[in-house]
This record gives sequence, structure tokens and C-alpha cells, in this order.
Amino acid sequence: MSTGHYWLVIGGVLFVILNTAAGLIWLERRMLALWQDRYGPNRAGPFGLFIVLADTIKLFFKEDWIPPFADKVVFVFAPAVVVASVLLSFTIIPFAPNVVVADFNVGVLFFLAMSSMGVYSIVLGGWASNNKYALLGAMRGASQMISYEVFMGLSLMGVVILSGSFNLSEIVAAQKNGWYILPQCVGFFIFLIAGIAETHRLPFDIPEAESELVAGFHSEYSGMKFGMIFIGEYMGITLISSMVVTLYFGGWLGPAFLPPVIWFVLKTFVFIMLFILLRASMPRPRYDQLMEYGWKILFPLSLVNLLITAAIKLLI
Amino acid sequence: MGVFFYITAAIAVFSTAMVVTRFNIMHALLYLIVSLLSVAVIFYLYGAPYMASLEIIVYAGAIMVLIIFFVMMLNLGPESTRLEKQWLKPGMWMAPALFCVILLGELVYLIAQNHTPVTGIKEVTPKEVGRSLFGPYILAVELSAMLLMAGIVGAYHLGRQQPKTLHRFLQSKPS
Repeated sequence: MSTGHYWLVIGGVLFVILNTAAGLIWLERRMLALWQDRYGPNRAGPFGLFIVLADTIKLFFKEDWIPPFADKVVFVFAPAVVVASVLLSFTIIPFAPNVVVADFNVGVLFFLAMSSMGVYSIVLGGWASNNKYALLGAMRGASQMISYEVFMGLSLMGVVILSGSFNLSEIVAAQKNGWYILPQCVGFFIFLIAGIAETHRLPFDIPEAESELVAGFHSEYSGMKFGMIFIGEYMGITLISSMVVTLYFGGWLGPAFLPPVIWFVLKTFVFIMLFILLRASMPRPRYDQLMEYGWKILFPLSLVNLLITAAIKLLI
Repeated sequence: MGVFFYITAAIAVFSTAMVVTRFNIMHALLYLIVSLLSVAVIFYLYGAPYMASLEIIVYAGAIMVLIIFFVMMLNLGPESTRLEKQWLKPGMWMAPALFCVILLGELVYLIAQNHTPVTGIKEVTPKEVGRSLFGPYILAVELSAMLLMAGIVGAYHLGRQQPKTLHRFLQSKPS
């Protein structure tokens, strides 16, 4: 790969990911409104698209208040962690043949490592706020992310067994004769659920549960720091959607009448919409139900899935 | 390669020193995370990407989050920082520092002897790690599995719930 191509890919990925995160604000509000029989933001610009601009300008000009009782350095540092870790995860995702920032031979593990780093933004943000609701949110976040990370990794291993590689480009190439959604459908569902829990999106947004904890771990955040946490969350949605597509839905593979990148974007978009639909339709479970569901149902299920996949691979 | 190693090693040494000298336990833990991450980078530089990822996933990602979780649960505030300051008097540093100096001297001497030169970095792929774990080192893997099993049984015993009674008057009398 030449250096020019390399920088082009990096620039392109950054541009698309950051703009998707901004665009998702509008998309989510419009789609939520549609599914709830309202109009949503439809005044500024075509289809209300300029609401993104208005939101961004508002966030930038709001007073960025650091509470006097907070641990200042950690408080400022925490929102950066989630954005950095999610952006780093995007380096290993193959968007099309040869369009990948780092063709890493431990790509899947790198993704898991970065997603485990993302927990710190919740934990540290909640702790540094020095506020009881933020602390409760942070503690819920820590236990939720730790327990869902365990079988997120385990559910991925089915794909790794089938393709025989941690490299995401090779995993996509191995799906030429059939996407892994068929042999790994149990793994797919577990990964999707764990992914929603990792991004703490609605059925699993226990750390911020606004009806009980004010706003959870980011109660004290305002201005662009609050914005960073939300950009991180929207990028997390994009990341989990593109990981699902890469691992289970053949990545950029598709009929030849469209270029590979378009296939990848289309498939990812379907899963982003699924995330928004989940937010529009699901109630929030209780905290202990969430943990019980994780450890008593999903964890054994992912172990059984791993065992059966390994046995089949061994026999065939 | 050499430059990256020295930068990373300097960060590792500095952050580890900060872990020991911080009075605020949360800041100490943050420096410990940085130290673990820099060790992971060193693993990666010397051809062990699998070990590097596991270092981040297991140590920096899981174990440190658990430790931070418990520190948060204990809610150690300014009071504990004050206590730490009381306990960590300069006199406390004497003996550990002495032992560390002895160890450092030994290490420098051994490196100066140049018995084990690091030459020819070879990348170890995840497949090779798996092969050797389940080949020549199978006994160690099985033993650690048994250790973990003991841990699980212990955790189950500690977390077992007593049968619930509806009211304290309805509880059966201990015989």
C-alpha cells in the first residue's frame, strides 16, 4: 500500500465516522419521531438537517462548567477516553478490499481491548464528578460492561474458529461461500446484545437511567464535554454495527453491481437503524435483571455455542 | 524500534513510580493503567501482539476496572488521602528503597555481563501461542484451570443465598 493511499484512507475514515456521528443525531431524532407518530425536527433546512448544525453550535457555546467539588484532571480526561478508544477500534475494520487503516493480525483482539478501555470513560467520569448519582451510574456501568465484555469475546470466538484467523480482512474473505450469520446465528445474537450493552444504548442504558439517576455518570457534564460523551456513543453504535457486518454479514461482500464500499455502508446502515428502533420500542430492564440475564443465560449460551462450533470444526 | 522502546520504557518507569508515590488512590490506579498499557506496547514492539492484546484486555481492561470498582464502592475520599499522607512518612521509604537499589544493582551487573543478548526478534503469532499452550505446556494450562475452578467454587459458596423467609417471626429456630 502506498503512503498516499494510506493517508487517504485515514482521512476518509475519520471524515466519514465523525460526520456519521453528527448525522446520527438528526437521523435518530427523525426516526424516533416517525416511530412515535410525531414529526421531529423538520424546520431548519431540508428535512430539518440543519438541526445538526444548530445543536453543534449550541454545544460549543454553552458554558463548560467544571464543578468545584470534582477531581478536575480526571473529569476533563474522562470524555476523551471513550472517543479515543472507539476511533482506535475503527482502524482495524476493513471497509473494502485494501481500504483498511491497519491490517492487524490480532484485529479481533484489538477491538476487544479497545472496547474494554472505553469503560474507563464511564467509570472515571462518574467518579470524578463526585456526585452520588454519577457514582451510582459509574458503578452500574462498570459491572455491566465487565460482565457483558466476557461473553462478547466468547461469542466472537465462534467466528474465529470458523475462519481460523483474528484478522478481520481474512474473516471477510473467508465468508465468500456463505456469511457466518447462518452457522453462527447464536453467536450473532449474543454479540449483538453484548454490543448494545457495551455502547450502553437504550434497553441497556442502565448507567444513565434518567428516570432514577438524573443522568447517571454524566450528570455533571455540560457543554462540549457532554457532547464528546455523546459523539462517543454514536460512534460506538457505528462501530458495533460495522463489526456485526464484518463478522457475520460478509463485510464488503455482495453482488457485483454495486462497489464493495457501498455494500458495507448499506449493511451497516441497517444495523444502525436497528439500534434506533430498539431505542424507540424497548423498555429498560431492572439492574439485577440485566446482570442475571447476562450471567445466567447469555454466558452459558455463548460457551455452548463455542463448544458446538469447535466440535463441528473438528469433525468436518 | 530502539527509540520507541526507550520512550515506552520511560513512560512505564515514570508511571510505575507515580503509582507508588500518589496519595490519592484513584490517581495511583490511573497511573497503574498507563504502566500496564506501556508494558503492552513493549510486548507488541518485541513481536508478541497476542500477549500485548491480552495484557490490555485482561489486566488494563478487566482487573483494573474491578479494582477501581471496589475503590469506588468503598468511596475513599479526602480522609483516606490524609491517612495515606500520615502512613507514607519518609522513614517508610528506607527499607523498600534499599532493597530496590540492591535489585537494580544486580540487574545492571547482569546486563553489563551481556550473557543473554536480545537478538533476532521473531514475531509469535496467536496460532503459535495456542499450539505451545496446548502442546508442551498443557499441564500448566490444566493446573491453572483447576485453580480457577477452585475460585469459582469458593465464589459460589460465598455468594450462596440463604433460603428466604417471609417474616423474621416465621423463621425456624436454630436447633
